[in-house]
Amino acid sequence: MSKDRPLAVDARGLAKRFRDTPALAALDLTVPAGSVYAILGPNGSGKTTLIRILATVLRPDAGSAAVLGHDVVREAAAIRRRIALTGQFAALDEHLTGRENLYLLARLRGLSRAAARARAGELLTTFGLDEAAGRTVKTYSGGMRRRVDVAASLIVPPDLLFLDEPTTGLDPHSRREVWDIVRDLDATVLLTSQYLEEADQLAERIAVIDRGRVIAEGTPDELKASAGRPRLEDAYLELTS
Amino acid sequence: MTAVLAFAHRAAIKVRRVPEQAADAVLIPVIFTVLFTYVFGGALAGSTHHYLQYLLPGTLVLTVLLITVFAGASVNADKTQGLLDRYRSMPFWRPALIVGTLLGEVMRCVVATTIVIALGLIMGFRPAGGAAGVVAAAALVVAFSVSLGWMWTALGLLLRTAAAVSTLSFVVQFPLVFTSNVFVDPDTMPAGLRAFVETNPVSLLATTVRHLMAGTADAGEVLGVLLAAAAVTALFAPVTLRLYERAA
Repeated sequence: MSKDRPLAVDARGLAKRFRDTPALAALDLTVPAGSVYAILGPNGSGKTTLIRILATVLRPDAGSAAVLGHDVVREAAAIRRRIALTGQFAALDEHLTGRENLYLLARLRGLSRAAARARAGELLTTFGLDEAAGRTVKTYSGGMRRRVDVAASLIVPPDLLFLDEPTTGLDPHSRREVWDIVRDLDATVLLTSQYLEEADQLAERIAVIDRGRVIAEGTPDELKASAGRPRLEDAYLELTS
Repeated sequence: MTAVLAFAHRAAIKVRRVPEQAADAVLIPVIFTVLFTYVFGGALAGSTHHYLQYLLPGTLVLTVLLITVFAGASVNADKTQGLLDRYRSMPFWRPALIVGTLLGEVMRCVVATTIVIALGLIMGFRPAGGAAGVVAAAALVVAFSVSLGWMWTALGLLLRTAAAVSTLSFVVQFPLVFTSNVFVDPDTMPAGLRAFVETNPVSLLATTVRHLMAGTADAGEVLGVLLAAAAVTALFAPVTLRLYERAA
C-alpha cells in the first residue's frame, strides 16, 4: 500500500455462499482512494454480496478484506464510523416523512437534536426536496426516494460511500440527477451497476464481475482495448458471455 | 443512548401516523369485552356485572399480548425494506434498534391499556384494589409484554414477511388465550384441560393481574410473573441480537 494513494478497499480471496448458492468465489479487488470505482456485472453476479461484506453487514465465509485500512470482520466498528451505505432499494421508512427519515438517521449518527434538525434541513435543500420534506416517503417517486437515500448517506460526510445500483429502476431524468450528485461527491465512491453507460460516465476504473469473481479490471478505455471492441457495451458482452 | 431514543421516537411517530395498527390491537379486546360481557356474561357468571369483574383483567392481558406482535412486525418491515442493512452499517450501539422499538411498544401498550381500563370503568368494572391496584396490574402486564417483545422481534427477524409474523402470532396466541382463564374460570373444565389451563403462563399472568386489581395479590405471585418475564427475555434477547447481527 503506497502512502500517497492509500487503498479504500483491499479484498483478497473473498468467498460467500448462501445455502447451496455460491455468491462470491475467491474474489480479489483493490480500489484506490479518491475516485469513483464501478463494479459492473449482470444480475446475480455477486455485486450486492460484495458491497454488503465491505460495508460490514455480512461476514465473508473465507478470504479477507480491508476497508480504509481496517479489517471488515475484526475492526467493523472503525469502518462503520467512516463509511455510508446506500443499498439497492431505497432504505427509508415509508411511514416517516423525508425530513423525519433524515432526522432519525442523523440522530443515529450521534448528532444532537438541534444539529440533526439543521443537517436534515440542509440536505433537503441541497437535494431539492424542500417541498416534499413534510410528506411521508410512501408518496415519493422513485427518483425522490433515491435522493433522500443518497442524502441520508451524506449526513456525516463519509470517506467511502457505497452505492448499490443507485439508478436501477429510475427514469432517465432521475438517473441524470443521481449521476450529477455522484459527480459532485468528495468521497471515494464504490458503486455497482448493470449499466455500462453509467460506469463509463462516472467511473475512473471498472471491475467487471461474473459468477462471483472479477473477470476484468481497468479504466473504461483499457477494458475496451483489451476486449478489442471500441464500445464498452461490446467489450462487456464479450467478457461476460 | 441517543440511538435508543431515536428509535423510540420513530415508533411514537408511527403510532400516530399508522393508527389502524394500534386500532386493531385495541379493537379486538374492546369487542371481546363488550361481546363476552353482554352475550355470555349473564350465563357464565350469573350477571353481566359479575362477569365483567372477572373478564376485564383478562382482557387487559389479551390486549397487551396482541400489541407485543407489533415489535416483530416493525423489525420485519425494517428487514424487508432494506433498512436493516443501513442500520447495521452504522456506528451505533447494536441493540438500539430492538430496545428502541420495544420502548415504542411500551407507549402503545400504555395507550391501549388505558383505553381498555376506561371502557371497563364505564361498563361498571369496580376493582377492589382501587387505583393503585389497577396501575400496578397495568405495569405488570406492560413489563411482561416487553419480554414477549423480544420473542416477537426474534421471529420478525427470522420470518420472511410481515404476513407470516401476524399469521404465526394468531396461531400461537389464540389457542393460548382460549386455553387460559382469561375468559372463563377453568373449574368446570375436564381435568386434563384444567391442568393445562392452570399452568398456561397466560393464566398465571391473568390471575396475578386479577389479584392485583382486587388488592389481594401476594409478593410471591408478582415475583413469579417478573421472573417469568426475565426468563423469556434471557432466552430470546440473545437470539434476537444474534439474528440482528446475522440476518442475511
